[in-house]
Amino acid sequence: MINSLNHLPHPLEDGATLAGHFSDLAPPLTARQAEVEASRCLYCYDAPCVNACPSEIDIPSFIRNIHQDNVQGAAQKILSANILGGSCARVCPTEILCQHACVRNNAEECAPVLIGLLQRYAIDNAHFREHPFQRAAATGKRIAVVGAGPAGLSCAHRSAMHGHEVVIFEAREKAGGLNEYGIAKYKLVDDFAQHELDFLLQIGGIEIRHGHKLGDNLSLSDLHQQFDAVFLGLGLAASKQLGLPHEDAPGLLAATDYIRELRQSDDLSQLPLAEHCIVLGAGNTAIDMAVQMARLGARDVNLVYRRGLEEMGATDHEQDIAKANQVRLMTWAQPEEVLLDAKGQVRGMRFARTRLDEGRLVNTGETFELAADAIFKAIGQSFDEHALSDPLACQLQRQGGRIQVDEQMRTSIPGVYAGGDCTSLDQDLTVQAVQHGKLAAHAMHAQLMLNVEAA
Amino acid sequence: MADLSIVFAGIKAPNPFWLASAPPTDKAYNVVRAFEAGWGGVVWKTLGEDPAAVNVSSRYSAHFGANREVMGINNIELITDRSLEINLREITQVKKDWPDRALIVSLMVPCVEESWKHILPLVEATGADGIELNFGCPHGMPERGMGAAVGQVPEYVEQVTRWCKTYCSLPVIVKLTPNITDIRVAARAAHRGGADAVSLINTINSITSVDLDRMVALPMVGTQSTHGGYCGSAVKPIALNMVAEIARDPQTQGLPICGIGGIGSWRDAAEFLALGSGAVQVCTAAMLHGFRIVEDMKDGLSRWMDSQGYASVQDFAGRAVGNTTDWKYLDINYQVIARIDQQACIGCGRCHIACEDTSHQAVASLKQADGSHKYQVIDDECVGCNLCQITCPVQDCIEMVAVDNGKPFLDWNHDPRNPYHVAG
Repeated sequence: MINSLNHLPHPLEDGATLAGHFSDLAPPLTARQAEVEASRCLYCYDAPCVNACPSEIDIPSFIRNIHQDNVQGAAQKILSANILGGSCARVCPTEILCQHACVRNNAEECAPVLIGLLQRYAIDNAHFREHPFQRAAATGKRIAVVGAGPAGLSCAHRSAMHGHEVVIFEAREKAGGLNEYGIAKYKLVDDFAQHELDFLLQIGGIEIRHGHKLGDNLSLSDLHQQFDAVFLGLGLAASKQLGLPHEDAPGLLAATDYIRELRQSDDLSQLPLAEHCIVLGAGNTAIDMAVQMARLGARDVNLVYRRGLEEMGATDHEQDIAKANQVRLMTWAQPEEVLLDAKGQVRGMRFARTRLDEGRLVNTGETFELAADAIFKAIGQSFDEHALSDPLACQLQRQGGRIQVDEQMRTSIPGVYAGGDCTSLDQDLTVQAVQHGKLAAHAMHAQLMLNVEAA
Repeated sequence: MADLSIVFAGIKAPNPFWLASAPPTDKAYNVVRAFEAGWGGVVWKTLGEDPAAVNVSSRYSAHFGANREVMGINNIELITDRSLEINLREITQVKKDWPDRALIVSLMVPCVEESWKHILPLVEATGADGIELNFGCPHGMPERGMGAAVGQVPEYVEQVTRWCKTYCSLPVIVKLTPNITDIRVAARAAHRGGADAVSLINTINSITSVDLDRMVALPMVGTQSTHGGYCGSAVKPIALNMVAEIARDPQTQGLPICGIGGIGSWRDAAEFLALGSGAVQVCTAAMLHGFRIVEDMKDGLSRWMDSQGYASVQDFAGRAVGNTTDWKYLDINYQVIARIDQQACIGCGRCHIACEDTSHQAVASLKQADGSHKYQVIDDECVGCNLCQITCPVQDCIEMVAVDNGKPFLDWNHDPRNPYHVAG
């Protein structure tokens, strides 16, 4: 998939130097820093931070535990609400969640407690001798989980805790989903997703079968027959298209494809590097892409968005990261034409300037061209329709292209649950996916045990 | 600028900030540095009979706040461990070099007349301005019949004070131990013995913490520990009360009081002065930050005095004494109610849970559409206890507002609900 960039040169710096550019963006707190920061928590009641946390972590309680030198207690408190608390501590946009809600983020102080870093401190320093959660007595029930991303893993762990047997079907070689393949390298370093996976699997009762892809060698009909319940954590596998000619031209590809390659690379100096590049989009993925390209040594990186900074999906914090890495944020411009050279390779893009006209986005009529030897699309992900092509899957009710679920993560088909980005519910965030998986596991358990009692 | 100079028990000083008898005043080197920094006086670390005391290692431990700020220090150090001769020589020289500063010598010798009779003329010969009797040291020395062992027996306090007044012409300040049940008893005894003043409080018996790995309390001396004397900001409330108790005791009326205990700022000092002290002594704050703190204390106190229109310390010293009384004289009809400034409220919920769980269920938590909570006082349930205001992390967010309930002043002595009330 990254073949379309094969004609590009490689970074000038060697692998080790480049690796240094991708080290921890937000380094961990030292013990003393954690103590100072923990002491700032006001231990609120009905705490706004907890209200803002999609996975309902008891934040004041875990911070109090850190301050009272009970790091294991703090970690267990976090993990009991969010088994992927370690990766969420690293990838959560805390600036719009817990830390935004923190009462110390008021106008007088503007200095929220650094909840994300404290959460990371607790998880990283807990050092459990054995897995901190035990499984309930075996129920004899079997649950199929499709997709080993945050939603699926969370659902699997909680289901295993309830005493069920879980089989996870994963298309890729590694489990972890976006934590493994999709997050900027400097946000999740040291193979963290795999370490977290190893920890999670310690609970037992979870089998992962790789190379199984729904719609290819796996069907919902079969799973529904063979298992007592099914959870779909499919994610959003397809990248949205621009809808312009030459979208397959060498030099143009989806940002997620490049990020996946970058994350799996052992030697960053072997990656293709665009000296001049354009990133299309306005979300955190667009920022991740632009910043990583800049850190690999791109001479200029332009992030182009068709609306204004205020409408960008990327948070202020993310925008600041982009600016700190010399990424140029260009707004009010939308792609009009992919420009190719004589060899048919990308040489740039023509954009139409835009403006709002009574709330509608319109072209001003003015255009401009940007030279680039690579263009990365980060204009959003969409549902991979092919995954739900078998007769039963076709019956799943959809909403806005995604799978429709209720608050207990039940789909329209009894016994089939879904969570994470593939559903129409809530924001597309890792922490939200973890919560969905957890809620689905609870709902499945309640339903399965109800049937047991009735029988 | 306000005049900070004082005359305390006949002793003149350019300001009311004195260093207490403790490690910072152990020798000329420290005392000279203190005077250079601007301290109005020092009480030289307690002298005793030769041979000098011997100290152990380690000696201090602390009680820390949430962010390692020191709330209090506990110490097991004894009186000076230098010879009497060296100390007397240094005192003589320092007083000669710094004639405008108050130099008091703290003393502790066995509770026999001969011992006092012997040492007092030696001290007087140094030119010192006064003596302070260390009847308060709570660790080590009481085991030898000195320090708090004297301070805890009113008859001894009176007796030793009288000896000092007999064999010495200098003003005698009796330093009181707080490790008693009623501080007034010791103050009255000193007063009867002819004391020119009392100073208080000395340190409070304490153990600050326990090392749970070694199972030894702190501070550790090898594998053992012993209780020490507690000082620092944590003891200020205890000291303030004891000062006030003596200040408003008719039996010791007019007896000058030197306030000691957790004073670290000009405001602390002003509070001790307002409650009846004529001067104050500082130790822990200096031990934590150095002698330079006196500059801020002098500046802050004099600016505050200017803002209040007080020309001298005497203008406000003791002003809060008359407003400190027994519970039975308080107005039982007076009522305050909490008011939460919704603009200032940050929504932490601490007022609610404190009142809900532990007090009067008078702060309602109203869940809003966005999941946040609004906190509102239920006037009919609020007893005006101040707990919500205390737990609120925002300054001035919760105000205790006096309610005009139309009821006249009524104290418990006259309240009909009191079975023993005074009729009419």
